[in-house]
Amino acid sequence: MRLTGSILALALLLPCAVAGQGHGRAVTVTGEVASDAVPERPGRVVSINLCTDQLAMLLAAPGQLLSVSHLAAEPRSSSMAEQAGAYRLNHGRAEEIWLMQPDLVIAGSFSRRATVDMLRRLGVPVVVMGPAYSLAQVSDRLREMGAALGRETEAEQAVRDFEAALEALRDEVPDPPRAAIYDANGYTAGNRTLAGEILATAGFANIATEAGVAGVGRLPLELLAMADPDAVISSRRHPGASRSEEILDHPVVQALRDRSAGAVLTDRDWVCGTPHVLNAIAEMRALRRTVAAE
Amino acid sequence: MTRLYAFLVPLVLVLGLISLCTGPAGMGVAESLRALFAGGEGPLTLVMREIRMPRMLLAVMTGGSLGLAGAAMQGYLRNPLAEPGLIGVSGSAAFGAVLAIQTGLSAAFALALPLMALAGALAAVVILLAMAGPRGGSLTLILAGIAISALAGALTSLVLNLSPNPFAANEIVFWMMGSLADRSMLHVWLALPFMVVGWTIFATVGRGLDALTLGEDAAASMGINLVRLQWGVVIATACVVGAGTAVAGAIGFVGLVVPHILRPFTGGRPGALLLASALGGAAMLLASDIAVRVILPERDLKLGVLTALVGAPFFLHLVWKVRRERA
Amino acid sequence: MTLLRLRNLSVTLRDRPVLADVSLDVAPGELVGLIGANGAGKTTLMRAALGLVPASGESSLAAMSPGARARAAAWMPQAREIAWPVTVETLVALGRLPHGRRPGPADAAAVDAALERMALEPFRHRTATRLSGGEQARALIARALAQETPLLMADEPIAGLDPAHQIATMEVFRALAAEGRGGLVSLHDLGLAARHCTRVVALAAGRVVADGPPAEVLTDDLLARAFHISAYHAETADGPVFQPLRVIR
Repeated sequence: MRLTGSILALALLLPCAVAGQGHGRAVTVTGEVASDAVPERPGRVVSINLCTDQLAMLLAAPGQLLSVSHLAAEPRSSSMAEQAGAYRLNHGRAEEIWLMQPDLVIAGSFSRRATVDMLRRLGVPVVVMGPAYSLAQVSDRLREMGAALGRETEAEQAVRDFEAALEALRDEVPDPPRAAIYDANGYTAGNRTLAGEILATAGFANIATEAGVAGVGRLPLELLAMADPDAVISSRRHPGASRSEEILDHPVVQALRDRSAGAVLTDRDWVCGTPHVLNAIAEMRALRRTVAAE
Repeated sequence: MTRLYAFLVPLVLVLGLISLCTGPAGMGVAESLRALFAGGEGPLTLVMREIRMPRMLLAVMTGGSLGLAGAAMQGYLRNPLAEPGLIGVSGSAAFGAVLAIQTGLSAAFALALPLMALAGALAAVVILLAMAGPRGGSLTLILAGIAISALAGALTSLVLNLSPNPFAANEIVFWMMGSLADRSMLHVWLALPFMVVGWTIFATVGRGLDALTLGEDAAASMGINLVRLQWGVVIATACVVGAGTAVAGAIGFVGLVVPHILRPFTGGRPGALLLASALGGAAMLLASDIAVRVILPERDLKLGVLTALVGAPFFLHLVWKVRRERA
Repeated sequence: MTLLRLRNLSVTLRDRPVLADVSLDVAPGELVGLIGANGAGKTTLMRAALGLVPASGESSLAAMSPGARARAAAWMPQAREIAWPVTVETLVALGRLPHGRRPGPADAAAVDAALERMALEPFRHRTATRLSGGEQARALIARALAQETPLLMADEPIAGLDPAHQIATMEVFRALAAEGRGGLVSLHDLGLAARHCTRVVALAAGRVVADGPPAEVLTDDLLARAFHISAYHAETADGPVFQPLRVIR
């Protein structure tokens, strides 16, 4: 009975202690941080999303960025894996982030909702940035990141550089060769996705449009075969094994790949809406020229 | 009896033909068949030979095997509720297959996939027979089946969740519900040898199953080797269910519904029911596979969903009937 | 030429001796009635003779190959199982299984003869599982008859039959014996055993306590020792009459 009593007392005291440990910031009753609490120029930034990691690494001032997520250090998924080695790596858990005592956390819209809410309740400002669904949105995200970090000038410069390089990569292609993006479980990406725009900018016609897929959707294998694309683009295989990826080994997909100039695999430059997509576009452009030459 | 086959054989052939001509590519019958047999340039040949043909063949092979195994298990256990999916054999085979894929064995050695699925199925049948056996009643059989199914499902889920591959965790649906989508001739060749072994063994058990109608003692006195019969049914079931599950996932209820529907037409004799159930099972799975492509073509509807939608109410009806007869 | 030869047959189940040192012969022309109290070992004796249960000693049937044995003796077990809703005709035809795979004219003839002997012709196309217990028993006997073996062994074949069919069945068995075949049947009805069997073997506690013609075996002394009953018996113009009367403790 006494034990229960003391546990109860402790439980009641704990939230008060935690609240009191806040960095002296205003915490509203709902737990959301008031917008004026986001610092002008945060000095201790933690990013917990692969794409925001890379944007932050690109734009942050020296010493401004404390930590990026562990995915940013994986060469498979991150275009800036080497640079990420200079930062502490986090796993997106509220406790570890809290212990770093950041004054700003940048999350993606698919970051764990519970974590974001918890951080806000603890008085940490969190900025949530969505993924980029088009090349135009790459510029938008650069600007958003610049605003969050207080590095607007650097962001504008980055946008200018990006858009100039993008223009340089665009070619006039009178008769674009046809390509298909085909991934595990038979998923393809249409023109209204980042991958689709990369393909389009490189001068390919996306067969997903013919099949009526604008965003991300399933393309039956038969339709892929009937479309007879000049190139099939798939992700590199993930570690481990799965049945979902077996479709990429299907004789039909292999036969289609044999026809194009070597199997083409997407990689980390495709995943996030950062200026690194320019590498992907350049690769695809080179592929398109090879395919068109045949 | 010949009238039964005069109905079943053309049914399977017609359904097979329809299956070959069903698909999102939407080509006409004549054109599709021409591409299949005459070949020629163009993507349609690829579609017919590498996508539709294996799919149709697998439906026939797997459906036939499931019908056959269901009839054999019912004949041996003398219980109309016995069925490889229901009593956990398919689930255990799925576990074996998943283990083969996730440990990388099947990547190193292609036949490891059907072999491990076979081992899983064998383990389940052996445990079932040890626990329920021919003298065990329906209750023991179903309870043992529930336990084995649950264990196999849990282990499968565990292995998939431990995989480093991001897609693996969601694949449990395929393994539990089954699908023939996007299979290739490779899968046909992987499954065929084991299925042929199983079919050959099943062809020899008909006489024994007929004799078992009178009970084990009478059957033994009529010259039936009961031990050989038991192992024949066990190994053959493991072979065909293992091979089928390895390539198509666990598909349930075919082995329950088909023998039950066809039993009156074979005069109740378990031996004659074997071939009829094989044909019936092939027809049922072909029909389900066609329906899956016609009903919701954009969604990836799993085969097992359809067979369960038909089979589960049927099973309830069977339980009700058995209960009324016992009362 | 004996149809069955048992020498020193013994069976131990779960460390209990169920059958001890049983020796007996069955020759053509004999209908042997096996009698004994419940648990005396009648079923075990017949199953051991057939080799269905491990036993020590000799049994001419158990020494045969399963195929040859199936053509030498037909066995009707006590548990009357019919697992599937087959017709009576199909059920009886199961008795032809030991005679090869391809059904021939000999098979149809045997089935017809068996059905007729057991007066089952009106039931030929009826579903066996829907018949009454007695009718099912007769169908199962017909199956054993259709097997057309020199020896017929049956475990309480007439239990549950009405008096008319009990008598008729015993007469069928006797007729078979008269034709040169042999029968070993266990039964509880001592009256029928007295009237129809050529020979009676009495078992008590796993041992043979008497073996001979009914008149010699069914004495007051044996009835008291082996069955704990007293009975009324008499020779009438219609043959022996036998009626158990009282339990003796």
